[in-house]
Amino acid sequence: MRLTLTDEQQMIQTMAREFAESEIKPVAEELDREERFPHETVKRLGELGMMGMTIPERWGGSGADAVSLIVAIIELAKQCASHAVILTVNNSLYCEPILTFGTDAQRERFLTPCARGEKIGCFSLTEPQAGSDAANQQTMAVRDGDHYVLNGRKIFVTNGREASTALVFCQTDRAKGRNGVTALLVDKGTPGFSVPRTEEKLGIRASDTAEFLFEDCRVPVANRLGEEGQGFKIALATLASSRIGIAAQGVGIATGAYERSVAYARERKAFGVPIGQHQMIQWMLADMATTIEGARLLTLRAAALKDAGQPYVKAASMAKYFAAETAMKVTTDAIQVHGGYGYTREYQVERFFRDAKITQIYEGTSQIQKLVIAREVLGGDA
Amino acid sequence: MAGAIWCVVEDDRKGTPKKVMAEVIGEAARLGGPVEAVWLTDKASEDGLRELGSWGATKVWLLENAAFAPYRSEVWAAALAELAAAQSPKAIFGPVTSRQREALARLAARLGVGIAADSVAFAMEGDRLVATRPVYAGKLLSKVTWAKQPWVATLRPNVFRPAESQAGKTAAVERPGVKIANAQMKFIERREELSTGLPELAEAEIVISGGRGMKGPENYVILENMGKVIGAAVGASRAAVDAGWRPHRFQIGQTGRTISPKLYMGFGVSGAIQHLAGMRTSKVIVAVNKDPEAPIFKIADYGIVADLFEVVPALTAEFKRLLEK
Amino acid sequence: MKILVAIKQVPDTATQVKIGAGGKAIDTAGITWIVSPYDEFAVEEALRVKEKRGQGEVVAVCLGPDRAKEALRSCLAMGCDRAIHLNDPAWTAADTLTTARALAAVIKQEQPQLVLCGRQAIDDDMGAVTAQLSEVLGWPCAAWIMEESVDADGKNVRAARQVEGGLEVFDLPLPAVISAQKGLNEPRYPTLKGIMGAKKKEIKDVKASDLGLGAEPPQLSVVALEALPPRPPGRVIQGDVATAVKELVRALREEAKAI
Repeated sequence: MRLTLTDEQQMIQTMAREFAESEIKPVAEELDREERFPHETVKRLGELGMMGMTIPERWGGSGADAVSLIVAIIELAKQCASHAVILTVNNSLYCEPILTFGTDAQRERFLTPCARGEKIGCFSLTEPQAGSDAANQQTMAVRDGDHYVLNGRKIFVTNGREASTALVFCQTDRAKGRNGVTALLVDKGTPGFSVPRTEEKLGIRASDTAEFLFEDCRVPVANRLGEEGQGFKIALATLASSRIGIAAQGVGIATGAYERSVAYARERKAFGVPIGQHQMIQWMLADMATTIEGARLLTLRAAALKDAGQPYVKAASMAKYFAAETAMKVTTDAIQVHGGYGYTREYQVERFFRDAKITQIYEGTSQIQKLVIAREVLGGDA
Repeated sequence: MAGAIWCVVEDDRKGTPKKVMAEVIGEAARLGGPVEAVWLTDKASEDGLRELGSWGATKVWLLENAAFAPYRSEVWAAALAELAAAQSPKAIFGPVTSRQREALARLAARLGVGIAADSVAFAMEGDRLVATRPVYAGKLLSKVTWAKQPWVATLRPNVFRPAESQAGKTAAVERPGVKIANAQMKFIERREELSTGLPELAEAEIVISGGRGMKGPENYVILENMGKVIGAAVGASRAAVDAGWRPHRFQIGQTGRTISPKLYMGFGVSGAIQHLAGMRTSKVIVAVNKDPEAPIFKIADYGIVADLFEVVPALTAEFKRLLEK
Repeated sequence: MKILVAIKQVPDTATQVKIGAGGKAIDTAGITWIVSPYDEFAVEEALRVKEKRGQGEVVAVCLGPDRAKEALRSCLAMGCDRAIHLNDPAWTAADTLTTARALAAVIKQEQPQLVLCGRQAIDDDMGAVTAQLSEVLGWPCAAWIMEESVDADGKNVRAARQVEGGLEVFDLPLPAVISAQKGLNEPRYPTLKGIMGAKKKEIKDVKASDLGLGAEPPQLSVVALEALPPRPPGRVIQGDVATAVKELVRALREEAKAI
């Protein structure tokens, strides 16, 4: 068994770390406070080839493996969870399904500009009545000649306001339930497609989370990804892959909070010695270090399985579940290590704490992950 | 003469040796001399020659030729090497300056001997010289020695005790003929920095430094005002330079200037390793920072935990009162 | 135009350094190694010269043990075309002159028009290799440059050296050696494409004998590495600002005699 990164993966990790520390860390606080989308740094990530890391060069990406993507996301999330999710959504929730299920013409038009980072894509599945119950799609697409006429409302779309194109899931045949779900690529600016509002959030405040409204929006049939009724399969396959990215985001958030706690424990004195010399602080740091390492290994293993072409659904869910819980626990303890200062905005652990919460919720809540894991464990019996 | 310690003169480019030469000559004398100065210039002043003698140089090898100004390493190294080959000094010292750090390195290569750059201490151990140099961002000291003479070294300014000027002591001036190398490089122009009216950072005896706590470029004026009162240079931390508040030439630290003043005062400087690398050999260190945990307090001789914007005006006024007495 | 960049692998500044067994070198266990920051400015400048001219080749050279390959790979990822690794036990205790001679021997084989170095490596901070290399080669040199431009026909480089109180601008006929000071440029991050492409680029291993060099003893050698003597403990002056400032000035005058 080998548990070391390749030279190439290490170089990607170093580059992502240096970029995150020099370019993202100095602006992260301000972006969070002002709820501002980081256009400038996202553009730079695109120029570095980070926005379409796992997409082949032929389609504008960098041709890196999933492990490389994971180590890069961890480094970004150590400084700013918003950057991590912006990148993950573009790469894994938008570019990857087009690569896997799209035609060459669709790849050319919808994938290449986003893999290059010139444009941003998003993934629109959730509805007011269809969150964890994703098959219950109310958005309808009715065929009319060489168009679909799309009607409905989508919520919680990450990158929704900034994206040039949305991968939208809808019903083309309600009677078929999940087998009636179809995926359409809908360009911004298409008449009938509007973004009525964006959310104000607890965390990941530099990322945008939008609501979509479709009112008799005519989408060419040529924009359909895969076949009619294949949408649910596309969504599940895509989510399994991007869950590893969210797990990496959780690992990064936890690591960022942990590293700040270690630095603080070395510096801050109480009762005449650095607080790191007090056993109760040591316990918390030891727990943080251990659970983070566990989450990191689960996450890298899921990515390694994906790279090896092995089944990875269970591994991805385990990684996402454990990393999200770890992020929440570690950031909670990080505030505790910082005491009163941790509760203020002066030290950044407060931001990490707020950012951590979403990892337990989006792309399948922790409860859904347990369901997936249990199903995998019990086989078809559950 | 054979066996002399040579001190290569750094001058103000107008015919007068810089004060730092008293330090170089002082250290050469402490090591037992005999101390000789070697001066490459287009025009030496009589006062300058007298000054070198008063500091303790017994002889000045004066290489006066228009080709030595403006400085070019090719010309300087060749002339020094020729003279050294003829005179066999045991050591060749110079201060760390833009000219000498380059020219003496080049000279050492020409002579096939070692160079100890940016030395902060010397000791004779038997018949060999051992130089001490800060290494690894000033975190460790390296003691080095030479395989053979002449021992070439550059000396960090403000570290060595300067020789006292003694009236009546004079140096014999000798003007050896040396071949002037054909320079390949051509001088085009010199661009002066906008003068702050304050001393040069690397040479100043007192340095004031402003870090991230200065909050913005507009606030450096309060440090400059203090600088004018006490004759100090004003520098900045890397954080402040990287934020674009001060030009890079004012940066103190690993990727900036290394300084060793008699008094260093940091305001709103946290004391990152990079900064400490550039100032930790300062004799007296004062830190003013509102964060009591700032690492700079660990190496400060005197600290005040307070808002620099309250301290600086009060301190400037207090210095003024003291110096007007 | 062929440009050669000489780089060194050094411990990251943030790394804790400890004196190793034997007391003459650091303990290298657990150290994070990086390309010396000034050398990154040199690499960046070399790439910019090439890009501006629209053609050329940038060759990175590093003298160091096996681990130094990582540093060369970083340079390849940034965009250097190939690399040369001077790796031989004969160079274990190399001083600046030995290093300059080895680099000069490679340069004689490679015949670049321009050689770029960093102003100094941030491990032993000697800052002598650029000047010594130019001496061994008999080339002109300008250290600590803040600006450079190579003329259109590639015959000349105009370089501005940072000196006390200003910049001195020189024309150097090529071939020449120049060294980079901070402020010359902002080094790029390697792109993913650069990183992925680096493994396909050549890193040539060169031994002393390949350059016709023997194992000469260094001219300057380390006798001992020592920890810094501890600074006498300082004190934090208490009281309100007015009181503290008065006490500070008194202490600076009377105790420290610093003003």
